[in-house]
Amino acid sequence: MKSFFLALLKSRAGLFGFVLVLVFVLAALLAPYLGLPVPTRSNLVARMVAPTWTGAFSPGAHPLGTDELGRDILSRIVHGSRVTLAIAAAAVVLGGIVGTLLGIVAGYYRGMVDRVLMRIVDIQLALPLMLLALLVIAALGPSTTNLIIVLSLTSWLRYARIIRGQVLALREREFILSAHAIGAGTWRIMIKHLLPNVMTPALVIATLELARIIIMDAALSFLGLGVQPPNPSWGRMLADGRVYISTAWWIVTFPGIAILLTVLSVNLLGDWLRDYFDPKLRTMR
Amino acid sequence: MTRFLAAKIGESLLAIWGVVTIVFFVSRVLGDPAVLLLPVGAGQQDIDSLRAALGLDRPILEQYFWSLLSMLKGDFGMSFQHQRPAMEVVLERMPATAMLAATALVFGTLIGATAGAVAALRRGTISEFIVMIAALLGQATPVFWLGIMLILVFSVDLGWFPTGGSGTWAHLVLPGLTLAVFVSASIARLLRSSLLDIMREDYVRTARAKGLMPRTVFFWHIARNALIPVVTMIGIIAGELLGGSVVIETVFAWPGVGRIIMQAIQNQDFPVIQAGVALVAAIFIVINLVVDLLYGVLDPRIRRR
Repeated sequence: MKSFFLALLKSRAGLFGFVLVLVFVLAALLAPYLGLPVPTRSNLVARMVAPTWTGAFSPGAHPLGTDELGRDILSRIVHGSRVTLAIAAAAVVLGGIVGTLLGIVAGYYRGMVDRVLMRIVDIQLALPLMLLALLVIAALGPSTTNLIIVLSLTSWLRYARIIRGQVLALREREFILSAHAIGAGTWRIMIKHLLPNVMTPALVIATLELARIIIMDAALSFLGLGVQPPNPSWGRMLADGRVYISTAWWIVTFPGIAILLTVLSVNLLGDWLRDYFDPKLRTMR
Repeated sequence: MTRFLAAKIGESLLAIWGVVTIVFFVSRVLGDPAVLLLPVGAGQQDIDSLRAALGLDRPILEQYFWSLLSMLKGDFGMSFQHQRPAMEVVLERMPATAMLAATALVFGTLIGATAGAVAALRRGTISEFIVMIAALLGQATPVFWLGIMLILVFSVDLGWFPTGGSGTWAHLVLPGLTLAVFVSASIARLLRSSLLDIMREDYVRTARAKGLMPRTVFFWHIARNALIPVVTMIGIIAGELLGGSVVIETVFAWPGVGRIIMQAIQNQDFPVIQAGVALVAAIFIVINLVVDLLYGVLDPRIRRR
């Protein structure tokens, strides 16, 4: 553990990503206690107020300005991050558990089970993920639960593929063979012996998937298929602010920067974790 | 090679069958076409007679078989909104989407490959640093937001290009640039790391040691092998461009397949949604088939397996 943090301190990019992720997660968790204005309260007198630092006339303190209904943009971004990060985290965990378990099963049993599972992966990959998400959301209707289901549906196959490959190699190792020899059951071998050994690659994939899912979630809510108003969401803020692009540039600019910084920091952390734990994963996408 | 070809084509056919099956079962969740076709407030008797006429009262597996057959013939039913065959409505929009995706793919690959090669060959210099920072930013930027920012700068402020629509080459610049940034970021990062891996190989040292010109070594020994993962990546990117067309075409009011699928979702025009998804998936499957075959040409080990 100590050497892990020492290595993290040495890598500038990894440390930058780690600190930024920490800041974003803390801001999301502590959002109600930060003294920010209520994100859903509109104030028609203070509509489309420019950010304070631009020097333009600005009643009240709005560091990033207000939107078309006079709602504080900074507060909406911070509160929006709660929703986005919660959905993305839930989707990563759900997709990760399903994908990892199926990957272990496919790699351990091989044969028919493996062939069928990998065929399903191939077939699903034939449908661009965004279209799959649109099709399923159109069928189920937009809601937070459906969004989590759809996002994890686009994610499980990456774990399944990579973990399967790892298990195929692991199952020939001595410690698995000896577990067999002393009569350990199939489940015991999969859960007690294989699972702990694929946790590291699963964690690396999860971090990189988190970044992809945050962008996809923003894209879906940009199209109006994500979290429904009045809950603030980054994609929705972009979609609503787009109409006012010629008069109030700040409405569309800052939510996008929030997405960019979040994805960038998660990516940097993920890249570093991958290089630290297992550089071979680089070629397996 | 023939066996390799046959196996790949078989896989593609299986994938098309899978996609059509997914589309059929998801569309059964979407709602009862008979209710959707009839005006609001139609009686139960009208609904039942239309269901019978459309064959919706038959067992689900029988319906699946028949619609599988008609979908494979390209018949996805009539668009509720346009009163024309759904596939026809979607096919009309295909050239616009293909042009945008091709522009982005060609320019993005050229820019990305050049940047990636520069970064790998000039290891540890400021050029590598700039390329890597730009690529990291490019990968983290949501394309739809980048599109909006380009509109803000180049259309609203500078007035150089139109904010949306299509027709002239000027309409193609901003959406094409937006997607090209996304494409080149992925390609630059991948090509750099694959070049660096290959440059460490023994056979490259051997080629240098026997006195080949540096240029010959680069193009014949290094670049050829480093391109293999890039070809795979282009297949993946093509899928993301096709799927992402929904978002980018919404931003730029580009009249392509993505936009028509989005409109169909808003209007609950299910035949068009199904036709659009199936068409895009079929194109993606064909692209991946070509990529797999190209892969076999670039790396003889694969087709002999």
